[in-house]
Amino acid sequence: MGGILVYALHDGEGNFNKNSLGALSAASGLAGELGSEAAAVVVGDVSDEQAQALGNYGVAKVYRAKDVPEGLAQPIVDVMAKVIQDDGFSYALFGGGLLGFEIGAGLTARLDAGVTMEVTSVKVADGKLIAERPILQDSQIADVGYVGEPGIIIGRLNAFDIEEKGGTAEVVDVDVDLSEWSTKAEMIQRGEQRGADVDIEAADILVGGGRGLGSAEGFEACEQLADAFDNGAVAATRAVVDAGWYPYAAQIGQTGKTVAPKLYLAVGVSGAIQHKVGMQNSETIIAINKDPNAPIFEFSDLGVVGDLNKIMPKLTEALKARKG
Amino acid sequence: MKICVLVKDVPDAAVQKRIDPSTMWLDRSGESTLNPFDTHAVEAAVRFKEGDDLEVDEVVAVTMGPEGAQRALQKAVALGADRSVHLCDDALAGSDVCATGKALAKVLEAESPDLVLLGQQSDDGECYTIGAVVAEHLKMPSLTQVVGIEVEGDKLKCERQAEYGYDTVALTMPAVISVGDAINEPRYPSLKAIMGAKKKPVDTKASSDVGLDASEVGEAGSKTTVTALNEPPAKEAGEIIEDEDTAETVDKIVTWLDERKLI
Ligand SMILES: Cc1cc2nc3c(=O)[nH]c(=O)nc-3n(C[C@H](O)[C@H](O)[C@H](O)COP(=O)(O)OP(=O)(O)OC[C@H]3O[C@@H](n4cnc5c(N)ncnc54)[C@H](O)[C@@H]3O)c2cc1C
Repeated sequence: MGGILVYALHDGEGNFNKNSLGALSAASGLAGELGSEAAAVVVGDVSDEQAQALGNYGVAKVYRAKDVPEGLAQPIVDVMAKVIQDDGFSYALFGGGLLGFEIGAGLTARLDAGVTMEVTSVKVADGKLIAERPILQDSQIADVGYVGEPGIIIGRLNAFDIEEKGGTAEVVDVDVDLSEWSTKAEMIQRGEQRGADVDIEAADILVGGGRGLGSAEGFEACEQLADAFDNGAVAATRAVVDAGWYPYAAQIGQTGKTVAPKLYLAVGVSGAIQHKVGMQNSETIIAINKDPNAPIFEFSDLGVVGDLNKIMPKLTEALKARKG
Repeated sequence: MKICVLVKDVPDAAVQKRIDPSTMWLDRSGESTLNPFDTHAVEAAVRFKEGDDLEVDEVVAVTMGPEGAQRALQKAVALGADRSVHLCDDALAGSDVCATGKALAKVLEAESPDLVLLGQQSDDGECYTIGAVVAEHLKMPSLTQVVGIEVEGDKLKCERQAEYGYDTVALTMPAVISVGDAINEPRYPSLKAIMGAKKKPVDTKASSDVGLDASEVGEAGSKTTVTALNEPPAKEAGEIIEDEDTAETVDKIVTWLDERKLI
């Protein structure tokens, strides 16, 4: 009773996702409080060594479904549903990302189970888990409890810290018959990198550009502004990356990178949660946005309400003049 | 073939959203509108109908919600849906994701669509899971956050961004797809379409009409309970500059940066 099953996402070659390792670490701590155990589920090409190494994050057991492809949710729903039912887990936990949302949602339907998403923290009360979930643009935090079992908890990006605890996990291979509909989605290509391979992680100053720039050309102004700083680079939101205005390698957020530069200067970025999670730990945040109610102003140190087309060029000029 | 589009009526962006402390549910008394993310799903469906890649006979907008949720359906029809279905029943109030997915799946089952489209997220619930819940109930393949769909025979080649970059996935229809807002630029409905939509009948159904037991939905069918609402840790409010004179604004920004040794 009380066991927690965690899905560990990997890149196809057994290199596990940081958010999954965080979820494993959190699960092992919570299972300790509940007096139960945490275990992991992995699918696809994961070697014995790679699976055993997950023990370092506190899980005793790793269920491995070798024949199930990594990267699509529904086959993994089949695997997790079977493991949960066969071995009686009380909770399923996912680190931030996208696939975990889809798998967790599928499990909700399959097991008639409660689900909470965007969870930033999990606590124990009366021998049960309570998920803390920020709502209404993070203005309040709801404590969510579960009726019946299992309870499904989908973490927000970077919600759970990685803790290395030492240890090796036992690896159990599982055979799962996939549902008919789970075989009707076929991965043709996974993890394609679109656009140039820009490096934003080494920059001290990031100019984050969003849809407010209006077009791909708007990013030229961002690049000039970034150049006017020492060690500046340009980052982007998913909206503009999906639109093809800027390379994926520069994307910040839930399905992009997490950064913490000295300064994040957001221009024409609304500040959606999925973007915020990738940049909220920046040392300082400045936002230029024409909408005084834009969510980004809620977590900016300096908010400038105005038209970026007017402000950005002048700011670039002023910084360049100072630099000489 | 038939495309069903799931839509939701959400509080208007200008409304200050709040939780009713007596029920722990979102207060839906203010102005409301069609979830902006759903307009992309309606647009995608209507483009399929207008184009030659799929033989679409009908685009049906489907929602679940209180009476006012008709507004979302009317807007979806104004944007090009042919008709609409409204699951409306007091028993549904307070449904969580689990119960909502179950209820929507029942309505869809009755329509037996070849394709179900929905938006990437709701503006109020801020979750992006309903598509995957519904798909599992309907026993259909699904993908969320899709920003490009190409028809290849009975398959839909979809692309979307996941953790490691862009994935391309082929789904065999019938399928459930949630579309990202980059998939298209939704049209503005004409005045004629808006007026016309108000006259089109809405097929209103109660839970029992789609074979739902009251115990499966609403609070009774929900598997989560909100036990408390807390304030997030207080954060120091940032400084705000309104740009009136841009030269002055820029001076202020430069000074601010200078004080923090960022330049
Ligand atoms: C599962 C999932 C994963 C996601 N992953 C990510 C992710 O990894 N990264 C990410 O960024 N997003 C992600 N998103 C999308 C996210 O929800 C937002 O849609 C996105 O971040 C919005 O990008 P934006 O701020 O560029 O655009 P918008 O939200 O459209 O904001 C544009 C802003 O520009 C302002 N503006 C317009 N014109 C001007 C002007 N002339 N001057 C000044 N300001 C102006 C507007 O007021 C507005 O606030 C994800 C969503 C989902 C559902």
